[in-house]
Amino acid sequence: MPEFVLTVARFGFLILLWIFVFTVVGVIRKDLFAGVRSKSLVASPRGVGGVVPQGRPAKAKRGKAARQLVVTAGQLAGTRITLGEAQITIGRAEDSTLVITDDFASARHARLVPRDGQWFVEDLGSTNGTYLDRGKVSGPTPVPLGVPIRIGRTSLELRP
Amino acid sequence: MPRVPGTRTGRNAELGLLALAMIIVAAYGATVEANQFDKLTPTFWVPAALLSVLFLALHLVVRFTALHADPVLIPTVALINGLGVGFLRRLDLAKSIAEKQPEPGIFAGVGGRQLAWTLVALVLAAVLLLVVRDHKAVSRYAYTLGLVGIVLVMIPAVLPGRFSEINGAKLWIKIGGFSIQPGEFAKLALVSFFAYYLVRKREVLSLASRRVLGIDFPRGRDLGPVITVWLLSLLVLVFEKDLGTALLYFGLFVVTLYVATERVSWLLIGLVMFFGGVYVAYLLGASVGGPFANFYDRATVWLHPFDAENYNRIGGSYQLVQGLLGLGTGGLFGTGPGAGSPGFVPEVRNDFIFAGMGEEIGLFGLSALLVCYLLIVERGLRAALGVRDSFGKLVAGGLAFTLGLQVFVILGGITGLIPLTGQTTPFLSSGGSSLMANWLLIAMLLRISDAGRRPAAAGPAAQPGGPKQPPAQLHGAMTEVIKP
Repeated sequence: MPEFVLTVARFGFLILLWIFVFTVVGVIRKDLFAGVRSKSLVASPRGVGGVVPQGRPAKAKRGKAARQLVVTAGQLAGTRITLGEAQITIGRAEDSTLVITDDFASARHARLVPRDGQWFVEDLGSTNGTYLDRGKVSGPTPVPLGVPIRIGRTSLELRP
Repeated sequence: MPRVPGTRTGRNAELGLLALAMIIVAAYGATVEANQFDKLTPTFWVPAALLSVLFLALHLVVRFTALHADPVLIPTVALINGLGVGFLRRLDLAKSIAEKQPEPGIFAGVGGRQLAWTLVALVLAAVLLLVVRDHKAVSRYAYTLGLVGIVLVMIPAVLPGRFSEINGAKLWIKIGGFSIQPGEFAKLALVSFFAYYLVRKREVLSLASRRVLGIDFPRGRDLGPVITVWLLSLLVLVFEKDLGTALLYFGLFVVTLYVATERVSWLLIGLVMFFGGVYVAYLLGASVGGPFANFYDRATVWLHPFDAENYNRIGGSYQLVQGLLGLGTGGLFGTGPGAGSPGFVPEVRNDFIFAGMGEEIGLFGLSALLVCYLLIVERGLRAALGVRDSFGKLVAGGLAFTLGLQVFVILGGITGLIPLTGQTTPFLSSGGSSLMANWLLIAMLLRISDAGRRPAAAGPAAQPGGPKQPPAQLHGAMTEVIKP
């Protein structure tokens, strides 16, 4: 077999290996940096440099359906849950959809329920309460996109 | 499992990557034959094709049982596994040429056996995916698994040497012509047990503390389990004569502890304890000998591999030096698959497979393989971040870290960074136990990443016809309340 073919095979194999590596990185590129992005969101103060305009989220985002629930602060910061049609329970109990280990959270703290494309947050009789932006949640309350739901030290947001 | 519209499962990406990986494995086989025989035999593609069928089957199992699992784990592992089979077959070919024998059959020789082991390992992985539909169910057997893990670690230590000793390390159970390495499986059991234990204890361990020099140190009475595991790993070091395994168990526990509590002090305590223990073992080996002598030997070989005395001694640094020379010969781009002479390195099919492959694919190729390992570990940690229960987080984090640590221990040994110890290179070196245990590990990571990436609506709770959810109370690990 000619020397030329062997050389091509030798280097071609190495190039193929690296093509594989870069293809894999391409597939996972999206969530390689997911944590970094959400961290910078937490760090930026309100209205300064934030990607999501938090001032009037309800108006700015009207007509878009929420697809993700993102934890923006607390121990689980960076966690994303893709929303479907089932309710999401939040609390310290291990069978919650989102298990938070927060000293100020109850075992079954709150839940998010979808109704006709709109998500509602509902407090489940927690000790320390659930807050939507600044206001305490007493009954089922519609959650606009990008408005923080606060549970203890944890903050959650709906994202499109 | 029904697909939720508007979400991406990544299964097609997985299939595409798998095809690319198998093309690379076939290309490797072809290059090897071109270099060895100076021509292509008509059957050069058969091992790659068989592997493709096996991985495709696993891919289908994942499509049915873990639809949303991470898409890059299987292809990356498949590539490493396939190249391992290819390299072992390359050793068989070289042997058959040297002995003027006809080309070995597909299932003959070391490469063939590795191919068969891959089949067994993949079947085990598929069974795990089929049986364990919810990773939280594993936590119900946590104490049983912990006991099984410790027994598995201990068996080789108590067995008489002729049943358990290969090349100076007592890590095996030998029955007839058959030997298994129980420690490989113990890893999995111990990770599950540690995770469950720490989910229960994390609050005590992370909150009750004394502050010394700006670092929070745990209370004395909370140190018990760490000391137990430390003693266990030192026993392994002394009686099974294996530093790598000891480091693996201890590192695993300390890192799981760190993940559970977010306390740097655990890492400090762990490092100080381990290096202190190893140094004492080294000093004891120099002065007392006995059970510590083996470790002292290895440390001397590591410190002075090129001394004529160490090089010429039986059990000395000959192997290490040959491996280093192989890596050096390979240089940046290697001699080309099949064109090197890995036969000089003893045990090139087990511990030194990286040195053998390094000679032929060079630094450029080795670093690609290393990046593949890195990506596997990264995906494991990513699965830990994505999953929403603490048990799953700790299991995924622990498993991913163990895999990374094992690669570090063996690679560090081969390149002379740390004393050489007999670890297998995951998915690459020949041996059924290692292959089976590591594929089980990957199956567990797939299961956990599936739970983390699954949209909330597709969860088992949302579909009555779906897999049965274990009752919440059974696996609901209660955390302990701190009494100051």
